[in-house]
Amino acid sequence: MTKLDSKIPEGPVEKKWQNAKFNYKLVNPANKRKYNVIVVGTGLAGGAAAATLAELGYNVLNFCIQDSPRRAHSIAAQGGINAAKNYPNDGDSIWRLFYDTVKGGDFRSREANVYRLAEVSNNIIDQCVAQGVPFARDYGGYLANRSFGGAQVSRTFYAKGQTGQQLLLGAYSSLMRQVDKGKVKMYTRREILDIVIVDGKARGVISRNLVTGEIEKFEAHAVILATGGYGNVYFLSTNAMASNGGAAWKAYKKGACFANPCFTQIHPTCIPVHGENQSKLTLMSESLRNDGRVWVPKAKGDKRHPTEIPEDERDYYLERVYPSFGNLAPRDVSSRQAKYRVDEGKGVGSTGVAVYLDFADAIKRDGRDAIEARYGNLFEMYERITGENPYKIPMRIYPAVHYTMGGLWVDYNLQSTVDGLFVLGEANFSDHGANRLGASALMQGLADGYFVIPYTLGNYLASHKFDKIETNHPEFEKAYQDAQGLTKKLLSIKGQRTVDTFHKALGQIMWEYVGMSRNKAGLEKAIKEIQQLRKEFWEDVNVPGDPNIVNTELEKAARVADFLELGELMARDALNREESCGGHFRDEYQTEDGEAKRNDQDFCHVAAWEFTGVDKEPVRHTEALDFPNVPLATRSYK
Amino acid sequence: MSDKTMMLNLKIWRQRTNKHKGEMVDYKLDGVSPDMSFLEMIDMLNEKLIRDGDDPIAFDHDCREGICGMCSLMIDGQAHGPQALTTTCQLHMRHYNDGDTIVVEPFRAKAFPVVKDLMVDRSAFDRVIQAGGYNSIAVGNAPDANAIPISKENADLAMDAAACIGCGACVASCPNASAMLFASAKISQFALLPQGQKEAARRASSMVASMDIEGFGNCTNHAECEASCPKGINLSNIARMNREYFKAKFTNNEA
Repeated sequence: MTKLDSKIPEGPVEKKWQNAKFNYKLVNPANKRKYNVIVVGTGLAGGAAAATLAELGYNVLNFCIQDSPRRAHSIAAQGGINAAKNYPNDGDSIWRLFYDTVKGGDFRSREANVYRLAEVSNNIIDQCVAQGVPFARDYGGYLANRSFGGAQVSRTFYAKGQTGQQLLLGAYSSLMRQVDKGKVKMYTRREILDIVIVDGKARGVISRNLVTGEIEKFEAHAVILATGGYGNVYFLSTNAMASNGGAAWKAYKKGACFANPCFTQIHPTCIPVHGENQSKLTLMSESLRNDGRVWVPKAKGDKRHPTEIPEDERDYYLERVYPSFGNLAPRDVSSRQAKYRVDEGKGVGSTGVAVYLDFADAIKRDGRDAIEARYGNLFEMYERITGENPYKIPMRIYPAVHYTMGGLWVDYNLQSTVDGLFVLGEANFSDHGANRLGASALMQGLADGYFVIPYTLGNYLASHKFDKIETNHPEFEKAYQDAQGLTKKLLSIKGQRTVDTFHKALGQIMWEYVGMSRNKAGLEKAIKEIQQLRKEFWEDVNVPGDPNIVNTELEKAARVADFLELGELMARDALNREESCGGHFRDEYQTEDGEAKRNDQDFCHVAAWEFTGVDKEPVRHTEALDFPNVPLATRSYK
Repeated sequence: MSDKTMMLNLKIWRQRTNKHKGEMVDYKLDGVSPDMSFLEMIDMLNEKLIRDGDDPIAFDHDCREGICGMCSLMIDGQAHGPQALTTTCQLHMRHYNDGDTIVVEPFRAKAFPVVKDLMVDRSAFDRVIQAGGYNSIAVGNAPDANAIPISKENADLAMDAAACIGCGACVASCPNASAMLFASAKISQFALLPQGQKEAARRASSMVASMDIEGFGNCTNHAECEASCPKGINLSNIARMNREYFKAKFTNNEA
C-alpha cells in the first residue's frame, strides 16, 4: 500500500520554505553536469524548469509535442498573472494572496504549498521583466495591474490579452539560450508513451517520434512531468487539440497516485457551442468581467434582440446574488449561476444555452477607445468566431471546461509517489484545491519551474545513490515492447468508427454526468457507460495508415484510449466525494440558495487513487488537510 | 448562425513524406456549415476520408484560437487565407460561398521542408532565436520589477513586436522566403527595452547571420510579409533591425 507522506517542513507557514531550502541537500556545482534530467513539456512549468535546471548545470533532455517549444498551450492564457507586489497600494500582501488562494480553492489545497506559491509570486514578476516580457505599464513607466475574480485587490500583471504568450516566450527564450549552450537537448514532435522505473526510481521515458514513427528510449536520473491538464477528456474544452493526459496516465499506471481527478474547472466566459462539427471552445478572458456585466432576460424564453430588452426587464444575476464581488465572483460560482439561468429557461441566443456579457455601460462610461485599448484583441477574436460585433451587441457566453485542478499527487517537494518522478504545473494537484482563481495558473507554472524544482530536485539527487544503467536494461526493453504492442494493436482493430466519434461520445457522457453538477445516479451511470464505450473502442475503432510516418489518427487514438480510462476515474472520484466544494458540485449537497455545501467532517482531505489494473477498482488513499492559518469557513462572495 | 450548408471543391497538396513527390488532389465536400472554422472543415473532410478508407490529410494545428502559431496553410495563394490579421484556425467558412473552389497548399520555403501533406518543418525559426533572441538572465539575478521604469510608449511598441506567433506566414508570402519580419520582431522587442541593451550588438549580428545559414532569403521591400502577418507585425521592425545591425557592425561592439 502506498503511503502519502506530504513532507511538509517544520515551522510556521511563513518559515517553511525558508527552512526547507536550508535543510535541502545540495549538489556541488561541478557534480551537476553528471546528472541527466528528463523534462516532459515546454509550457510555463516545463520550459521554466528545463531552462533553470540547465542554468544550474544539469544536462536536460526536454520533450515537446509540438514542432517548437514556443507553442505549448500556456501560450493561450489571456488575462494575467497574480503576484503580491502591492504596487497599487490597495492592501495586498503575501499573506492575502495566500489567504485568497486557499479560500478560492474551497479549502481543499495544502496550506504549505499555497503559501510558498504566494511567497515566490513576486520573484516571478521580477524574473519575467528582466527577461524582457513587455508587461503593461502606466505613463510613469511603472507596471500596471488589474483585478481578477475572487480577489478585492488589483494584483494581476498582464501583457494585453496575451499574458500567457509573453510569459511563455520569456521562458522559451531562456530555454533557447540553454539549447544554444548545449545544456538542453530539445526533442520536438515527441509523445511520451511510457515512464520507465528501475529499482523503484523513475529513470527514463519511452517516446514516439511523431515524424518518423520511431519508438525511442531515453535514460536519466530523474523525470519531470509538466504535461498540463486533462480537460480534453470532455472532447470540447478550451485546451489545445494535442493537450492530453497520456504521460500522467502512464505514470499513474506505473504507481504514481492520481489526486482529486474530479476537480475540474468550468470557466464561465467562453464562446458558446455552435454545432456538431465544433472541435474546441474558445475562452473569453475573465478580465472582461472587470467591465462587462453579465445578464439574462427576467422573463423565460424572451427572444427579443438584447438591445430591445429594457433595463428593468434584465436580471444582472451576479450583481444581484453576490453584491460584494458582483461580476467578479469566482469561476465556479459564476459558472453555476449561468447554468441555473439556462436551466430556468432564461438562456439567450439561438440555442438558448448562453448568457449575455454586456459592455454597453462601460462604453458609455469610459468611451469606446478605452474599452478597445483594454480588450481590443479579445473583441476582435469574438467577432471573427461569431460574426457579431461586441461593441454593439452583448457577447454571448457560456461555461466550458478549462482547467483541471486534479492531477498527479505530489508531496511538498513536487515529487509523486514514485521516487524521482516530479510533477509540475497543471499536471500536479497541489495548489488550487477544488477551484483555481483566475491568473493563478501562470503563477503556479512558473513558480514550480523557476523557483521550486531547482531546489527540490537537487535535494533528491544529492540524497540518493544511482546505479549506472543503459537503455538496454530489461525495464526499458519491456516498456519499449509494451509501446510497440499498443501501436500494433490500435492499427490492427480496423473497425468501423473513427477515433473522433469515440472521443465525442466520451465527451458527452462526461459533460452530462461529470460536468457542472453531478449526482450519485448520474455518476454511476457514467461509469457504466464509459466502461461500455471503452469496450467498443477496443473492438471497433478504425485507425488507418502507417506507423512509420506522420499518423495523426494513431496519435489521437492512443490519447483517447487513455481518456477512456481517466474519465472513469474522474467519475469514480466524484462519486466518492460526497460533498460539494469548488468546481465539484453534487446536487445532493447544497445550501438552500444553491451554493456548494462542504463536508469538512468527512472530506477535508485529498483523495489520491492508486492503480490496481484496468477494469479493476483503484484504491482510494487520503491525505488529511489542516488549516491552522486560514480557518475553515463557508466560502462567501455575497 | 445559419442553417444553410455549402458544397466545396477542394484542391489540396498531398505528399506522403519529405522523400516522396507531392501532387494536388481534388476533393468534393458537402454539408459545410458557415459557422465552422477552416480547420473544422478539414476535420470534416478527414472524417470522410477515413470512412472511405483513405489516408487523412496531415496539417499542423493546436490551440485553434490564433495564438500558438502552429497552423499554417496557403489558401488560394494567401498565407492563412483571405481574411486580414487572421490565422487559418480563426478563418471561418462564412467567408466562402456554395460551389467555391479552394486551393490549399503548405507554407513553401527552402528553409521550411514539407514533413507530410500540409505540415512543414519550421525548426529553423527556433535556431534563429537560439542565435540571440533572449536576454542572458539566469533565474535568481533579477532586480525588483519596478526598479527600471520603461516609457509606456516603448513598452507598447515592444509588446506589438513581441506579439509575433512564429507561424512563418511572412516567410511563405515573401518572394525571397525572407525571415526578416520574424527576426526583426524579436530584435525590436529587445532593442526597445532597457533590459535588451547589453547584448544588442551581439544579438543583431548573430541572428542576422543565422538567417543566412538557415537558407532564408533577403528583404527586397515587397511588404508581402506585413500584409500576410496574422498579428500585424509592422514592417518598421525590419528598418529597426537594419539599424541595430549597422550599429553592431560599425561600432564593432560584438561580445
